[in-house]
Amino acid sequence: MQLTVWTYEGPPHVGAMRIATGMEGVHYVLHAPQGDTYADLLFTMIERRQKRPPVTYTTFQARDLGSDTANLFKSAVQDAYDRFQPQAILVGASCTAELIQDDPGGLAEALHLPVPIVALELPSYQKKENWGAAETFYRLVRTFAGPHALAPGAKRAPRAAERRPSCNLLGATALGFRHRDDGAEIIRLLASIGVDVNVAAPMGATPADLARLGDADFNVVLYPEIAGPSAKWLEKAFAQPCTKVVPIGVGATRDFIAEVGALANIDVSTMLDAEQSRLPWYSRSVDSTYLTGKRVFIFGDATHAVAAARIAAEELGFTVVAVGSYSREFARDIRDAAQKYGAEALITDDFLAVEQHIQALQPELVLGTQMERHIAKRLKIPCAVISAPVHVQDFPARYSPQMGFEGANVIFDTFVHPLMMGLEEHLLGMFRDEDGEFSDTAVPSHLAASGAAPILVMPQAVPSADAITLDWAPEAQKELGKIPFFVRGKARRNTEKFAAERGLPRITIETLYDAKAHFSR
Amino acid sequence: MTAAGGLCATAPTRREPTIIRERGQREVFCGLTGIVWLHRKIQDAFFLVVGSRTCAHLIQSAAGVMIFAEPRFATAIIDERDLAGLSDANAELDRIVAQLLERRPDIKLLFLVGSCPSEVIKLDLSRAALRLSRDHAPGVRILNYSGSGIETTFTQGEDACLASLVPEMAPEATDAAPSLLVVGALADVVEDQFKRLFAALGIGPVQFLPPRRAADLPAVGRKTTYILAQPFLGDTARALDDRGATRIDAPFPLGAEGTSLWFGAAAAAFGIDPAHVESVLAPARDRAMRPLSRYRLALKGKRIFFFPDSQLEVPLARFLSRELGMKLVEVGTPYLHREHLAADLALLPDDVVLSEGQDVEKQLDRCRAQNPDLVVCGLGLANPLEAEGLTTKWSIELVFTPIQGFEQAGDLAELFVRPLARRTKLVA
Ligand code: SF4
Repeated sequence: MQLTVWTYEGPPHVGAMRIATGMEGVHYVLHAPQGDTYADLLFTMIERRQKRPPVTYTTFQARDLGSDTANLFKSAVQDAYDRFQPQAILVGASCTAELIQDDPGGLAEALHLPVPIVALELPSYQKKENWGAAETFYRLVRTFAGPHALAPGAKRAPRAAERRPSCNLLGATALGFRHRDDGAEIIRLLASIGVDVNVAAPMGATPADLARLGDADFNVVLYPEIAGPSAKWLEKAFAQPCTKVVPIGVGATRDFIAEVGALANIDVSTMLDAEQSRLPWYSRSVDSTYLTGKRVFIFGDATHAVAAARIAAEELGFTVVAVGSYSREFARDIRDAAQKYGAEALITDDFLAVEQHIQALQPELVLGTQMERHIAKRLKIPCAVISAPVHVQDFPARYSPQMGFEGANVIFDTFVHPLMMGLEEHLLGMFRDEDGEFSDTAVPSHLAASGAAPILVMPQAVPSADAITLDWAPEAQKELGKIPFFVRGKARRNTEKFAAERGLPRITIETLYDAKAHFSR
Repeated sequence: MTAAGGLCATAPTRREPTIIRERGQREVFCGLTGIVWLHRKIQDAFFLVVGSRTCAHLIQSAAGVMIFAEPRFATAIIDERDLAGLSDANAELDRIVAQLLERRPDIKLLFLVGSCPSEVIKLDLSRAALRLSRDHAPGVRILNYSGSGIETTFTQGEDACLASLVPEMAPEATDAAPSLLVVGALADVVEDQFKRLFAALGIGPVQFLPPRRAADLPAVGRKTTYILAQPFLGDTARALDDRGATRIDAPFPLGAEGTSLWFGAAAAAFGIDPAHVESVLAPARDRAMRPLSRYRLALKGKRIFFFPDSQLEVPLARFLSRELGMKLVEVGTPYLHREHLAADLALLPDDVVLSEGQDVEKQLDRCRAQNPDLVVCGLGLANPLEAEGLTTKWSIELVFTPIQGFEQAGDLAELFVRPLARRTKLVA
């Protein structure tokens, strides 16, 4: 057993949901109890998807155990097929169903449906979300591209001279950190190099598209955590090489262009000569001098943490004090990056351990996940979010990629804006503690004041420190303190206005609620 | 005891309501979700879920915005070593509890919360709680309950939690005066309003379950009369009955009418003079009705459809139909507790359609066919239905917001007005 306060990754079946939800024409039947349907809200609320995830849950109950959970599963598959008419059905078990061992794959096969059944074995007590996503994508790729694989030992036919080189773009999923915009940015970049995208998958692809994967000359792996195993298999099955560089940051994007140029046999030297991002100049401009040597703590999934370390050290002139990741599968990459930048490496999925490290290292900037954002908020350290687990804020309305040259522009702003500007910092230093607003204990206004601000909780009695202007009876004042902080100011103003208009000498609890009744509309 | 007060307009004979009973996919949370508000309510309690990564992820996702550095809940995640018998799950649990208590010496009451995996592998948490209570006595009391999805739906987690507290309640003194116990977690602000009204009515002593601090657990016995403040507390009520307490039957305290009837029933049980009751309740009720009369203009005649969620649906439907003039298209509830809801059910219109349990796909078909003005549903369904053109109200807000009592009646109505008003505002 492991004591866990917050988790960086969900269970592996949530990874499978990210694949199914990103794709078209796939339906996932998950043998799971009712509470597991919470996972739908990740997609409908956090990502604001307009459709429910294509997932049917069997929602078996205690009384079904040992009697007819298997039949329940079969009828769920049949109903899902009849209703949604998918091109392929994924079947699998969540943690609880894994224990009752109903064999979803076998049960679904027994229905003899006219579409392929892809049975997923995702060990819930061992693996996590990204692994589940990678495994699911790999199973789908094998199922649909497999029949078209080259015969063993066969060579790939060379590309016809008149055809432009093409690649597959692999790894973007539903609920991915900026996957929506990264995909668009890289498609644009590849087009400018002169490379077509044959299939982008899993996001936006159908099973029929997966069957065409072999047509491309090579694969671009956007997120190795998700597309790694599939790319490796495609390399064997179709002799398709794949990219190793993840184009996050100016340096990495340039390396990526060179790598693609080599794979596509295109001369990219003029492209590499052109300056296409504002990051390098912004970073050289004098205003950025104050960034020099700022101590940064980095934590995220391996891809984004390694990329952030390179950008921080080589493109912004920060000092990286730690590089960490919860992606244990990529521990080697994290250690290599840490060594390269003389930083501490941290491989853990224990939130409390990450918190301890941040506290001990006292960095000036934290580049982390939403979890580290909360730690940093409490410690009053500026922070920017660089990686999943995702939050509703990680799906901005505007175009906001991390990859490519536009991604580098976005990253410059993201990493630098939480810090105070150089001159601002000097002025504050001069007038330390003199001015309440700019005192040194004040955090930049976009970093909300200390502690967490629970919104979905019952109001607790909090003694009000606000100044009292009218004559408030002590109980009324106490009552006011119980009103949730984010409407308390308004409640006070309204009550005072109400009392003043009526010439009431003293505000009592009754006045408070009379005013509330008066103003509520 | 029956609902007292002058507002009750039950017809002497009424048709049995139509109840759709379905089995299919249920789109509801499990009882673990209750931890999200219970850990805020009982301020010195800690909730340790014994479960899987899914359980930890559920609570975290349901808690959504409120990530604290160290919340008063955590999950002991079972791993393959526990399942393969490589490690003794009980010994592992003991180790985790010791680790937790060492880290958090402020914990006075620890709940071990069972999950689907802990139940399927038959990890006996009641025995573990006994053993651990012995090990960590006298500083920490350790209890257990199930919040698993195979046993409990959403708010039933609170029921299981409160039921586990009942055996911990001291027996009342032999010479105890009759007392009133209000059962069900309420926001502190609501609790305080209720205390003042009970005092004005002349009812006391009044205690609350759950208490704000574990040490303040009230006593219980034959002199205890209790009234439910929440409609999902079947097991807790049974446990209190077993301790000799008597339940007051009343509609739930939602809306001006509901709250009047609720207080009226309590006052009747305590033999308070009806004239005095009316003199205390009338001003509060009138004040509550002021905002309601305005909201009624916006809601009257609007058709509402409830997907099952918290078991609050029946009293909410009663409030919306009687006090705001809404038309009930379908009132879905995960479980219909006929006895506890009797007074609310009696106040529903004769032609009401209830549904118990769920087949979410079929229910969505019905909902689309009916094309209601407002749909009350969970977070998984809300945006997709909005995208289809329906207007929705997230049901979870009804559980996380203070809605009970006179002073909140207007706020409760406003929760239903807002989505409709928003629709009319947006032109883009
Ligand atoms: S339904 Fe069961 S397995 Fe799922 S989160 Fe709830 S308790 Fe855990």
